[in-house]
Amino acid sequence: MRSPTDPYVSAGPAEALTRPSLVSVPFLRVGVAMALLAVLAALPFVARTYIIYLTIQIAILALFALGFNLLFGYTGLLSFGQAGFFAIGAYTCAKILLLVPSLPLGILGGVAAAGVAAVVLGILSVRHTRIYFAMLTLAWGMMIFSIAWKWREVTGGDDGLVGIPRAPVRLPGLVAIDVSTIDRYYYVVLAVTIVAVYALYRVARSPLGLALRAIRDSESRAGFAGISVATYRLIAFTIAGLYAGLAGTLLPPLENTVTPPVAHWSTSAEPVLATLLGGIHTFVGPIVGAALLIILKDVIVRFTVHWSIVLGATVIVLVMGFRGGVASMVGERLLRLRR
Amino acid sequence: MSDFVYQGLIGLSQAMYLWLISAGLTIIFGVLGVLNFAHGSLFMLGAYLAYTAYGLWGFPFVVAVALSLAAVAVLGLGMERLFLRHLYHLDHAYQLLLTFGFVLVLDDAVKLVWGGVFKIPSIPRFLDRVLPVLGRAFPIYNVFIIAVGVMVAVALWLLFERTWWGRMVRATAADREMAAAIGVEVPRIYAGVFMLGAALAALGGALGVPVRPASPGIGVAMIVQAFVITVIGGLGNLSGAFVGSLLVGVLSAYGTLLFPVFELFFIFVIMAAVLLLRPQGLFAR
Repeated sequence: MRSPTDPYVSAGPAEALTRPSLVSVPFLRVGVAMALLAVLAALPFVARTYIIYLTIQIAILALFALGFNLLFGYTGLLSFGQAGFFAIGAYTCAKILLLVPSLPLGILGGVAAAGVAAVVLGILSVRHTRIYFAMLTLAWGMMIFSIAWKWREVTGGDDGLVGIPRAPVRLPGLVAIDVSTIDRYYYVVLAVTIVAVYALYRVARSPLGLALRAIRDSESRAGFAGISVATYRLIAFTIAGLYAGLAGTLLPPLENTVTPPVAHWSTSAEPVLATLLGGIHTFVGPIVGAALLIILKDVIVRFTVHWSIVLGATVIVLVMGFRGGVASMVGERLLRLRR
Repeated sequence: MSDFVYQGLIGLSQAMYLWLISAGLTIIFGVLGVLNFAHGSLFMLGAYLAYTAYGLWGFPFVVAVALSLAAVAVLGLGMERLFLRHLYHLDHAYQLLLTFGFVLVLDDAVKLVWGGVFKIPSIPRFLDRVLPVLGRAFPIYNVFIIAVGVMVAVALWLLFERTWWGRMVRATAADREMAAAIGVEVPRIYAGVFMLGAALAALGGALGVPVRPASPGIGVAMIVQAFVITVIGGLGNLSGAFVGSLLVGVLSAYGTLLFPVFELFFIFVIMAAVLLLRPQGLFAR
């Protein structure tokens, strides 16, 4: 917790609860965001297809992890079942695209389905905390996994669904833009990601975000202050589910297929790892972590198939020594340099 | 009818592997308050080490099992002393994440050392017989497993209820600070409990070697079932874990027979239902 005399406290009470970070300096923040957007927009003109493919994967994991961190870093609830919502988004989108070739419809349908599931399961879950919450979400995730794996008529069983088209962006009566190449699909993902990240950024800095952090720091104190703890937890759970679902919908058009492992709890672990790697105390942490995780994975598999041993060791080192994650570490370094 | 009894006995012997891993998980949670994600990996490691000593190096089966127990207990000691110990003051999420890191490392290390293939050596000769049950041949090995499981249950009960060490452990579980204040060396109790829990998981894995294929995936498969059992029995409740193991073991034996497609689904439905309706476990007093 920083003191009120800290010269780097920026405007807004929401900021006062977070640790100092790179993005707490408004000017720098906007500058970095603009530069990053420019690079991302220019990427298909300069980079190989494989780089584009990796960037799409980073965007998907970033959305997935950002939603997870609203639940974990902001609200203090560790969910081990986020893959369930990711899979609902992915399977629903795939089903829709196999019937109606319209990408917006697929994405919206997938997000809506994940949102409904998150509300229903959230109502059941949010009164439980700590280990019980983690166990309960694990159970939800594995239930969804077993449905994806066994309900052959709908989900295709362990073969999954195949031949999912990269359907055009079709708005009835207006336009139908072909996005079947990976470069074009990349722009769809980029646009969706920018809008979704900005929306969540506003949520995190709103009074809602502040209330969530108050619940994380002390449930009873937040309750005494008049915050309806269960309702706010449900909202956070739903938003996390929506973002997991959104991330899920972007996967089938990329891979043209969707299989049960997307629902497995090892998939639930990915946003956990990305968030931990990037840092749970900053908004950008999960994005940084997603990029690091995908790049790290890509580099390590060039040398060895035993990539998860390296990942596991990284997790252990992070938990033991660097619980702030990479984003806060860099942020703190920069602040110290400027001082 | 004979099918029904036979399948029940099979389920009972399967339940004993579940009991051994759940017992360790429960003891560690009950005393340390840590839910050890890596417990399935310790089970798996116990299986691979026993396989190496028994199947590859030709040690007698009992010696191989003992070696594997000792090795995994030492590994558990290392995990507790060098890593977990530094996280007790933090949120439980970090302990869960640390043990998850161990899952990734151990599961991959096993693939690195032993390769990804299924391994199954022959049953030790003194256990390689069958027992006629209602006109069908029931393997003696399964009887042996059931006997070991029951013996471990009795031994644990004696250990915790009848020995001085057990009393210190119960005091630590009930109130860590008060126990420390009256002279219990809490850090040593923690280390001892973690070693005991690790050894129990390894015993389960090692005993399965001659009949259940050891594969890199068994750790994860076992830990998920052990979670279900500890939830059903009540987190930290040892007798609950025993009954929960019997329930899950026998039910999934009938489940695979009656509705193989949705067996997995129903297990998690039960887990979620218990968490929602009776989070203290079905058998809490």
